[in-house]
Amino acid sequence: MYKITRSPWVMHYDGSSCNGCDIEVLACLTPVYDAERFGIINTGDPLQADILLITGGINTQNAPVVKQLYDQMADPKVVVAVGVCACTGGVFKDCYNILGGADQVIPVDVYVPGCAARPQAIIDGIVKGIGVFQERLEKMEKGESLTDNKKAEETAESEDK
Amino acid sequence: MISGKLISAICYVLFAPLIGGLIDGIGRKISARMQRRVGPPLLQPFYDLGKLLHKDPVHVAPSQNFFMMSYLFFIVMTGGMMFLGMDILMCMFVLSTAVMFLYFAAVVTGSHYSAIGASRELLQMVAYEPCVLLTCVAFYLVRGSFETAEIIKGDVSPIVYLPGVFVAFIFILTIKMRKSPFDISTSHHPNQEIVKGITSEIGSRNFGIYTLAEWYETVFLLGMVALFIINSNPWSILAAVVVIALVYFLEILIDNTSARVKSDVMIKVSWAVTLVAAGFNILVLIFFLG
Repeated sequence: MYKITRSPWVMHYDGSSCNGCDIEVLACLTPVYDAERFGIINTGDPLQADILLITGGINTQNAPVVKQLYDQMADPKVVVAVGVCACTGGVFKDCYNILGGADQVIPVDVYVPGCAARPQAIIDGIVKGIGVFQERLEKMEKGESLTDNKKAEETAESEDK
Repeated sequence: MISGKLISAICYVLFAPLIGGLIDGIGRKISARMQRRVGPPLLQPFYDLGKLLHKDPVHVAPSQNFFMMSYLFFIVMTGGMMFLGMDILMCMFVLSTAVMFLYFAAVVTGSHYSAIGASRELLQMVAYEPCVLLTCVAFYLVRGSFETAEIIKGDVSPIVYLPGVFVAFIFILTIKMRKSPFDISTSHHPNQEIVKGITSEIGSRNFGIYTLAEWYETVFLLGMVALFIINSNPWSILAAVVVIALVYFLEILIDNTSARVKSDVMIKVSWAVTLVAAGFNILVLIFFLG
């Protein structure tokens, strides 16, 4: 079985974040934390990304964008919700335009809570995501469908309707 | 002698990806050290390639697969021809053909970012092509042949006659190797204003093929640098390796210390350097040799 755990490419999408978490995501790439040690690259391209990093809550405007970004990514893929807003909606949860956390539109694999999430926690979340990433590849190569993934997608679709 | 050429060409086809990947890994490590980071492992480019090839193949247009395979094929052919000792001018034309296939792979998708990146790729060609042609002409003036097998045979290294051309070639090497400040058509860094430019719409597996082609191209381009140094003395090969290492280090230093420029600045500067350094060098050469 091929190990793909050494090269997770991350795409960062800012939902409706206050930019606190975004600054922390960028901090992960600075010399202090140096996420590239683990082969983590911040790419801007969904077609080449493995891990979707979402910060901020999901609102009516960005829900289709998040969904499209997720759909454009090739399997196996992993979603990491960074910060309490991306996990549940956070302090904005009851706002009229907020749908909630990232799991309202796409299946989320790893939740990294915090306001703002610390760089250590973000890197830890990504490393946890890498484990899921490898599992997905093994399932894919065995020809099994990525069931939990698909089920979550279906629920998301039915919710859309 | 023919078998020797054939062996070197076969070695190129087999080992260029290994060398190219290692060079890429060393480059990333040095870059990281320059930024006071630990940096990825030396073999990171190979891990990346392995992962890209294991992902679900996604393509925006089916013809992309054909274009990307053609891109790889022609890049391999370019280097293969050079290591076979064939016409260097022909190598450069085949290289241009390869770039055209990359251009098609980008514009066939209909994405704006991809299209902008592709048109910038053509501007890059406009910027470096005069210098490439002048380099070939300069080699002809010195050795009386376009064939790489003849170019490496002289008693004195061509760089002695062609210091200006060498400077101009190193300058356009920055464009060709997609290093900052001339990484305008695509970028290895996430700070790209047009997403990933020409590679925006290239899916994981095709991006793996693109990476592989880049490694072949790196080895070919550094081989071009070696042509300036190598002469009939076998020790000159060692000198060429040292010069290649220095040139590559210089490219990384430039990459880390300069910001991306606009395309018009790129064309003006690269043409100016080509005309002044390479053009003047060739004029002097014609005056003395002719």
